Amino acid sequence: MELSFYLVQLLNAVQYGFLLFLVASGLTLLFGIMGIINLAHGSFYMLGSYLAYWLTDVTGNLWLGILLGLPIAMMVGYIVERFAISFLYKRDHLYQVLLTFALILIFNELQQILWGTDVHSVPIPSILAGSFQLTENQSYPVYRLFISAACIAVACGMYWVIQKTRLGMIIRAGASNREMVQALGINVNRLFAFVFSMGVALAGFAGMLAAPVDSVYPGMGENVLIISFVVVVIGGTGSIKGAFVGAMLIGLVSTFGKVLLPEMASIMVYALMAVILMWRPQGLFGRAA
Amino acid sequence: MSEKNNKGISRRDFVIKGSVATAGLAAASVLGPAQFAIGAQAKVKVGILLPYTGTYAKLGTNIRNAMMLRFSEAGNKLGGRSIEFVDIDSEAKPAKAQQLTNKLIKKENVDFLVGPVHSVVGMAMAKIARGNGPITVIPNAGANQLTGSLCAPNIFRTSFSSYQMGYPGGPAMIEDGHKRVVLMYWNYGFGKQVAAAFKESFLPAGGTIVKEIPTPFPKVDFQAYLTELAALKPDAVYTFYAGGGAVKFVKDFAAAGLKNSIKLYGAGFLTEGLGKAQGNAAEGVRTILHYADTLDNPANHRFRAAFKSSTGAEADVYAVQGYDAGELILRGMNAVKGDTGARAEMIRAMETAEIDSPRGKLRFSKSHNPIHDIYLREVVMGKNQVVRVAAKAQDDPAEGCSM
Repeated sequence: MELSFYLVQLLNAVQYGFLLFLVASGLTLLFGIMGIINLAHGSFYMLGSYLAYWLTDVTGNLWLGILLGLPIAMMVGYIVERFAISFLYKRDHLYQVLLTFALILIFNELQQILWGTDVHSVPIPSILAGSFQLTENQSYPVYRLFISAACIAVACGMYWVIQKTRLGMIIRAGASNREMVQALGINVNRLFAFVFSMGVALAGFAGMLAAPVDSVYPGMGENVLIISFVVVVIGGTGSIKGAFVGAMLIGLVSTFGKVLLPEMASIMVYALMAVILMWRPQGLFGRAA
Repeated sequence: MSEKNNKGISRRDFVIKGSVATAGLAAASVLGPAQFAIGAQAKVKVGILLPYTGTYAKLGTNIRNAMMLRFSEAGNKLGGRSIEFVDIDSEAKPAKAQQLTNKLIKKENVDFLVGPVHSVVGMAMAKIARGNGPITVIPNAGANQLTGSLCAPNIFRTSFSSYQMGYPGGPAMIEDGHKRVVLMYWNYGFGKQVAAAFKESFLPAGGTIVKEIPTPFPKVDFQAYLTELAALKPDAVYTFYAGGGAVKFVKDFAAAGLKNSIKLYGAGFLTEGLGKAQGNAAEGVRTILHYADTLDNPANHRFRAAFKSSTGAEADVYAVQGYDAGELILRGMNAVKGDTGARAEMIRAMETAEIDSPRGKLRFSKSHNPIHDIYLREVVMGKNQVVRVAAKAQDDPAEGCSM
């Protein structure tokens, strides 16, 4: 194979890494920063994809669909936090596992009631529908580059809010010591409800943006859930930088794994995780326990 | 954690089955006494094990609805007896297959068992049902073994074997003039069997496999493979993908601009029932299947209209397989006038049945697998149009079946 072949694969790898970070961003916030084990992450992603499908169908425009879909996703997040998650902050993690597992089943059922069992897709908005020629017979869709750009924006935005702003400081403080932050006069209940809604909105946003390059079908969230956890665990909980590096590493290993070691393609990512956890149990950028 | 997960699952199951059971009880308390008063025969019990949730939900729903349609056309009577359904969601989960099959056979004592969609669930089911179990009709699962090494007098299939899905593809592609071909498929049991059958006919006919690319199941990140495909520059690519994966593959293939230089072929699932989701990307894609929406025969026209009016949805190959499963059970029961005790006679009637199916003529092999025509189809204006018959009366070698 020629050099150009590997360059295109490198592009694929980086692009896949970006997409993975975007897909895992909601989980990074809820699990990575806030420490809530959220198995329903895939369901929120699926919710986003179906909202994009439904609202694009109704309004005829993906951007309008996203604009209308985000508040809905936030509202769902708020309701779930107020009526379910908020009761469990003080309890063992196992309760969160059980509760969010139940949410998966509930959301799957709701999805089927609302949208049925068909496979759907969302058209790429016409201004981004083009593609450019990569090699003599392969071209590259512009929309994929747009996803990468959106991912960079989300990554920078998250990093800035969490690391550089007062709000981010309070969130981090609230996650590590709830009572103390409350004692300092901050309404932690409201804060957590807000952050949870944001986490759900992020997961939904990823689902909406990915919908035009993916297909929208029942159970799609399950494929997303595990790889998102791998991203956060490799990067180390509590670190947005970590999740970003983790996503990039997975993109590289998975893409070149497929090319160079096709028989091992399905286990490469998990092997990478195992090796990293043996070397650094807290993940690449995680705080040592 | 996994233990907790299991608990979660079984609790949900309990709710589903519980509600089915309560509904059954309620029905029994209303209908029961009246029926006994007029001295009707006991009902025939039909157990259904199909997926109604997850990726295969639509397949399961269409199969069930089409079978119900066939029964209701026959007045909801099997050989003069009323029918009682025990309908269970298999979730297409192999881990639960054994437990759910046992529930239907041992606890519910069903006379007929219909299911499943997923091949691995099918293997678990067939292992329990074969021999003395209920008469079993498989309306989708394609594993060769189901009418091969696991074949049994009481097990029938109305769908296809993976062999029948792959084998006719080879000569069809040669006839279309494609000799250098890349083989791409989901790397699991069914995908591997389809690929093996394809090679079995393609290589002796003078074809060359440029490269075989098995991709992890059920992953849908195809970008790296498409780049490889572009670099290999074959005449055509033969694929096996289904459902959400098929939509993504066809769209990614078109988005990568490969349609201009490489012709896309596949087992029929690649474009079956996915027209709306795939849109323009699927135009010109050729697939091989034992059915096409556009088949011009009276049985197909009648069936499609009836399915549409009873369910509101368009019929697809899965619905046809469910419809024929219903027909096959009817043939058996009508032949013995509802006497489920006359098992040998019923099986004889079923295995010699010649059905005027929406797919065309349908008969059964010695191993109880369908013998039917296989069509080469091309997507034109969003519909799978028949190009030609790729294989007349395609049989299956039934490897390992001693019956």
